[in-house]
Parts: sequence; structure tokens; C-alpha cells
Amino acid sequence: MNLSKATFWGYKRENGRIGVRNHVIILPVDDLSNAAAQAVENNIKGTMALPHPYGRLQFGADLELHFRTLIGTGSNPNVAAVVVIGIEDGWAKKVADGIGATGKPVAFFGIEGHGDHETIRRASHKAREFLQGASELRREERPLKDLWVSTKCGESDTTSGIGSNPCVGNAFDKLYPQGVTLVFGETTELTGGEHLVAARCRNDEVRKKFQFVFDRYQDVIQRHKTNDLTDSQPTKGNIAGGLTTIEEKALGNIQKIGRKCIVDGVLDKAETPTGPGLWFMDSSSAAAEMVTLCAAAGYAVHFFPTGQGNVIGNPILPVIKLCANPRTVRTMPEHIDVDVSGITRKELNMDQAGDKLLECMFRTANGRLTAAEALGHREFVLTRLYESA
Amino acid sequence: MIHFVVHEEGDGVGVVVVEGVKAGQHLNGWIMEDDKDIEVVAKNDIPIGHKLALKDYREGDTVIKYGVDIGKVVKPIAKGEHLHVHNVKTKRW
Repeated sequence: MNLSKATFWGYKRENGRIGVRNHVIILPVDDLSNAAAQAVENNIKGTMALPHPYGRLQFGADLELHFRTLIGTGSNPNVAAVVVIGIEDGWAKKVADGIGATGKPVAFFGIEGHGDHETIRRASHKAREFLQGASELRREERPLKDLWVSTKCGESDTTSGIGSNPCVGNAFDKLYPQGVTLVFGETTELTGGEHLVAARCRNDEVRKKFQFVFDRYQDVIQRHKTNDLTDSQPTKGNIAGGLTTIEEKALGNIQKIGRKCIVDGVLDKAETPTGPGLWFMDSSSAAAEMVTLCAAAGYAVHFFPTGQGNVIGNPILPVIKLCANPRTVRTMPEHIDVDVSGITRKELNMDQAGDKLLECMFRTANGRLTAAEALGHREFVLTRLYESA
Repeated sequence: MIHFVVHEEGDGVGVVVVEGVKAGQHLNGWIMEDDKDIEVVAKNDIPIGHKLALKDYREGDTVIKYGVDIGKVVKPIAKGEHLHVHNVKTKRW
């Protein structure tokens, strides 16, 4: 596929970023504000609440990550406008100010001193205004380089390393030279293949940073483990699918970065990249956590290869699922956007599979709903670093 | 028909990519990287996605896949047998 003149149709945001969805979100700062946020969503049809269980008594780096994730989610170009609701004004204002730096419409409401009823009434007025404003925005044709693409695999099996992950790698190898901004992560799921990622880093500085975050995460595992993690990593699903060790899983995982892409930089969790290229994000390997962090970093489309059939979606980031396992494609077809099971039958070579994924990427970017969107999968899962105070 | 695939020449395992492989079945394999064919007889029933040994292993041997170390053998495995968590473990963690 020749991508040199490729374009897609997206929404240009106030800060110049291009989104492929036009969501108006109701964003709770904390667990206590979920009910009000969901009531506003119910009042104003077409808005979307993003309930989650955290945001109270967090502190230090864990609190910073909480704010970075919420602000990043609201700032994502797939979001047109945001209503922030918190139990009190202080943190709600902090989140709203962070999102407001993009220039997009944002308003915040604190519940204390008003109660749920009054907060819902006031927030609903604002949400309606934002939704009607967003409904008048139109897509415009944009060069491919304006699209940011993330990847993370889940419920992998051996067919992931054979077919769906190298298919993403093939697509990444084609997107990278076009100046697209790409990301992968899953720090512990590189265990056994970390040397291969290190060898792909642009320079010693990037390599050193990568090795630092990799080693730090290994220390976390060593400190907390009670066995060789055979109940968690690989997961029960991975093992049922034929993956035996973390090393085998990691080597399959790494196929997603293709054969040519260079790792240009290392990001902290939910950190926004500063330029095009392939970034590594230090992140959990749990699907919904990682995809939520990609959305918060500003990515607009996600490639999600699966083997055994992970059903994940995200509220604001379209998750394109691809699968090379013929049994999963047969038994769970409503979840699979791109069937690449022909690879193991020699019916589809990797170049063709990569093109098939890219074709789906353009259609998704232009507005086609993914399977996960159609099925209502909106997993919004915040990463925690340690206990609350 | 391809019953199993091997990532590259020198790997000690193949991955079954069809359903219903039975013990005693003659299996056709495809070495993807080198686009070569090999044949192995399955010694166990092997589910889709699971691996079969392409050589005999002794306890303590290293298993190679993608040309890289994926773990250690903890029980002897004969060529054609099912190779998984019951006879191979991680060297990490």
C-alpha cells in the first residue's frame, strides 16, 4: 500500500491535533462523582460518562498519574468538549484547567454545598450546550501523519506471535516512514526479549532510559511475587492458548514493532509524546489499563491483536481488533474487526495482512465504528501505583 | 495442508495451527522465515495453538523459538510430544 499521499477525515481541535471521534464526555474526578456524571449522561443523550473507582486520598506520583490520566483523556482529540464533576471544586478545577489548556470547551462542577440534584441540573445545561456545539463540527481531510496510532495486544496465544502481532508490525513499518506518531508498551511483557527492544533504541540515551524503566518494573515483580507468576503472566488464557513462558509471550509481543521501526523515545505512563516516531510507554500489560494510558497520551486509533479473544474497548479510543486464530475468529466473530487467520494457511502473506489492517484503520479513522464501539465496550481503567493515604 | 508452523530454522518447537490434531498423525509443518516444509509425527493429541517438540529434549535443556531462549525443560520431551507448562518453565521470575 502506497501511503505517501494517504489522507483521512478527522476533526481538527483548537490545539491543532486531529481526532477521529467527536465525543462530549462527562468526567468524574473521583468515585463519589460517578452517580452525578452518569445522571448527566442520562439527561443529555449523546454525551458519555466515564465512571471509575478512584481519586480520593491519592498522593505523590500516584496522584500525579491520576491527574495526568484524567487531563490527558479530556485533552484527547477524539473528545470535543468535557464536563468535569468532582466532590469538591479544587481538584475538579485542576482537571478542568488542565484540559482547558488545549482550548477545547470545558466546565467543572463541585458537588459539596450543592448536592447531586443541583450539580446534575447545572452540569446538564452545560453538557447540552457542549453537545449541540460539537454536533456542528465537521470532518476535514488530513494527511496520514496527523493520525496517532497505539498498540497493545491481549489474551495472546501462539497465533498472536505468528500472525496478528507481526501484522501490526508490518503496518507500523509502513506508518513509521510517513511520520505517524506510534506507541507500544507493556513493560513486563518484554521479559525475555528486552534485549531486542534495547537493540532497536535510537541511541544510548533512549536505550538507557528504556533499560531503567524495564529494570524498575522487574524490581516490582521480584518484590511482590509469591511464585513464578504462572497464575498471572502468562495469564490462564495465554496458557490455554498454548503460550508456556513469559519469554515466549514477550517474543510474540515484540513482533508488534515490526522489523524496521526505531524506538525513538520512552514515555512515562499517560505522557504525551513530543514528536513523531515510535515511542515506548512504561505501562502495565493489563489491557484496559494500557489502552486507557494510550488514550490519555493522546492516541486516536488503537491496534489490538488478540489470540484467545480479549473483548476490550475504550470510551474514547477506537480499538481495532485483529486475530490470526481461526477458532477465535469462528467462535467470537462479533469482536474481530480484521481476520488475519489466512496467514497460517498461506492464503494471506504478511504484506497483505498489514494492508488489510491499514485499510480498516482508515475506515475506522473516517468514522466506521469498531466492533468494540458497536458492542458498547468502554473499559476505562486507571493505573494505580500504590495504596491511598 | 499446514498443520503446524515454525518461526525460523533452528527453532526446537512448532505451533499447531489447526484443530483436532491426534496422536500418531503425520503433520506437515511450514518454517515461515525460510519458507521451507518439514514433517513430524505427533505423539500426543495437541490442541490448536499448542506446541510440539521438533527434537528430543533432556531435563535442563533450553527451548528455542524465534531463535531465542523461551525457557528450560523440566521433564524429558520426545520429538513429536506436546511441549507446554507441564514440561517447560520460565528461566525468569
